[in-house]
Amino acid sequence: MKKTFWQKLSAWHKGEFDFTLKTTDHVDPPIIHEYTGKEHTIQALSRKERAFSGALYNVLCVLFCLILIGVLLGAVVSLPPHGNAENPAVNEVMDRYVEEGMQETGAVNTVAGMILDYRAFDTLGESFVLFTAVCAVTILMKNTKRTAPDGTPLPMVVAPGIVDYSKDNIVKTVSRFLIPFIFVFGVYVLLNGHLSPGGGFSGGAILGSALILFSMVYGEDRAAAIFSERLIKTVVLVSLSFYAIAKSYSFFTGANHLHSIISQGIPGRILSAGLILPLNVAVGFVVCCTMYSFYMYFRRGRIQ
Amino acid sequence: MLQSLFASDFIENFPLFAIILCLLCAVISFVLSGSGARRLTYVLVSVGMGLNCSVLLHNLITGERFTYMMGHFPAPWGNEIAAGLLEPAFALLFGVVILCSVAAGKSRILLDVRADKQNFYYILVDLAQVAMFALCYTNDIFTGYVFIEICTLASCGLLMIREGGKPLVAATRYMIFNLIGSGMFLIGITLLYGVTGHLLFPQLQETAAAAWSSGMYHGVMVVSIGLTVSGLAIKSGLFPFHFWMPDTYGTATPSSSGILSGVISKGYIFLLIKIIYRVYGLDLFMETGIQNILFLFGIAGMIIGSVSAIRARTITKMTAFSSAAQIGYIFMGIGMGTREAMIAVFFHICAHAITKPVLFLAGGALIDASDGKRDFNALRGAAHRNPQAGFAFLCGSLSMIGFPIFTGFISKLYFALSAFAFPHKSMLVLLALAVSTILNVIYFMYVSVILYSGKTDPARRVGFRQQRTFTVAVFVLVLVNVAIGLHSQPLTSLFEAGLDLFLG
Repeated sequence: MKKTFWQKLSAWHKGEFDFTLKTTDHVDPPIIHEYTGKEHTIQALSRKERAFSGALYNVLCVLFCLILIGVLLGAVVSLPPHGNAENPAVNEVMDRYVEEGMQETGAVNTVAGMILDYRAFDTLGESFVLFTAVCAVTILMKNTKRTAPDGTPLPMVVAPGIVDYSKDNIVKTVSRFLIPFIFVFGVYVLLNGHLSPGGGFSGGAILGSALILFSMVYGEDRAAAIFSERLIKTVVLVSLSFYAIAKSYSFFTGANHLHSIISQGIPGRILSAGLILPLNVAVGFVVCCTMYSFYMYFRRGRIQ
Repeated sequence: MLQSLFASDFIENFPLFAIILCLLCAVISFVLSGSGARRLTYVLVSVGMGLNCSVLLHNLITGERFTYMMGHFPAPWGNEIAAGLLEPAFALLFGVVILCSVAAGKSRILLDVRADKQNFYYILVDLAQVAMFALCYTNDIFTGYVFIEICTLASCGLLMIREGGKPLVAATRYMIFNLIGSGMFLIGITLLYGVTGHLLFPQLQETAAAAWSSGMYHGVMVVSIGLTVSGLAIKSGLFPFHFWMPDTYGTATPSSSGILSGVISKGYIFLLIKIIYRVYGLDLFMETGIQNILFLFGIAGMIIGSVSAIRARTITKMTAFSSAAQIGYIFMGIGMGTREAMIAVFFHICAHAITKPVLFLAGGALIDASDGKRDFNALRGAAHRNPQAGFAFLCGSLSMIGFPIFTGFISKLYFALSAFAFPHKSMLVLLALAVSTILNVIYFMYVSVILYSGKTDPARRVGFRQQRTFTVAVFVLVLVNVAIGLHSQPLTSLFEAGLDLFLG
């Protein structure tokens, strides 16, 4: 029996008819996947069609990338030549950073003065990029302790092919001597960030790599006994809060032209350059904790 | 009395306070429990709304833009934030939408997110909010990039926090698209720095205009502007880069979909408008011809997004594809570039930001009332099972279609009016608007009729008592929608005054 359009519409409203299918009684049989046994909902393409669309996709991808590479290279070639004194980038901004940076920020290392004093808001943002990354990795990788049905924790399964450095005598012996030196070097780079090349990001990376080496050689359990999740959380909390509060004090006094209690000191001394030294230490701690916790999450899904 | 209170200069500190407060709350939530972090987020977003509202009132009274020095060093050397009328207005809007999305999706967050990761959800919401504030207020292109990064990472986290394979695949796809966008934006600002030597907006605008008129760097500047604009367009999901949308918005927990589609994509668009007006200047941007590309892709997005939405067989996919269509409207307006079109763009950002979260959240509640099934056959009669969600979905659909008394109507009206003042292509704009509206009607009304059709078992009915926060939060958004739809004049004059301040 052929229905009129309005009859169909009323049947659709009552839920007895669907416009998207030809009729209600004839439904295509679902395609069952040969291995998983699950239903395919998408109409499978024939092998020829798939091969064609795959080839087309590859060709277009390569073409697009080549065009983009050409455009970018063309743009770079027509940029002003590197190191030319006539360049637009050689302007009053650069002059003041280089010539007056030391008096104004108290930092001998101009880069430290730039990122932690002139343009400190950007660096505040950057350290929170790290914090966001820690949160995202934690969400992705954090596992609860794997336990058997009776509640006993299951042992870690080490995949074949992964070298266990705690059993390697050469690595163990060399690291035993090296780790203290790496730590001292990291602390040096951190504390001298305002005087010499280095600072929070590089010093923190060195400290973090020392921690990772320590946990590789002495075993994760011994590392976890010293650097617990609680300790790492506390360090990150204190460092970032200190950073945000100290810097907002400096923003606030600067913007309102108020007197700031932070003095620059004598450039060249270890206790100088106002907030740059403590901020370097705070950034260093955050970077160090970030690296170590990334390693632990990727290695076994938790810090403890 | 009140007027002198809001006129005081101290209010100029408030954007800084809002940003620092968000950062501190995010860090503190790191050691809090899930419910503690949630309460802190509610308090934080409310305080942020108060602060932005005060800035808006302050600027309305003084009638001027102000710039705020971040630190002891003035403009070309130090960082700066700036606020006219549009910046606090959009920061306020984003705050309202974030608060309502999080509050309405609270019960789903409790289900979807594992108990020991609950506080991370709220950390990411805090961070997304600080990124939105910073993107609104920044007067420095590199600060913009830094907070785009925070925004990208936070939104990936908001997606993948829901356990399971599908959200993970969707988050990976979202991340790839977004990182391509960030990379293009970064290369774009690097090239621009190479020919100007500045990063702050006012100095950048002067030197960019000088570099353009010198004629030496036309090629570099066109590439740079193209990369910056396309980077932000990819991140906000302009056609043909909208293919991450259906999976992403479809699989995430409804609050995340609401925040991502309503707020985060709009933050990128607001930054793009700021860069076009305050960095390149409208004249320079028009000379490059990039606005024509945006215009065409916008129109293509309006049509193709809607066609994809009609073909979609689940409610979440349909809503997600409809987002692609609405982003198309916004980019069409940016491509037109006239003053009237920009007012329409601001209205459409507003309309989409307050409507799309309602659709996602109500859609999520309707799916829950249909045993967690997303396809249209299972959703038949869902509005009888959950009347509040059904009504909210209907209101949202009507607003997206452009039904009078809703905000969506105002924005479409302004788009149509601006088309008449747009030489050469007014017919094209009107035709695109008409076709797209008809397509919108087809899929939104199809779903709404399905939701209200069929019989249902009264025992499966979800009442008001089971979902108090959901109902209140969603209906706040619906009421805001209707209020703007009925009284659009104050907002129009706000946008006009804001645009004048923008142009300086």
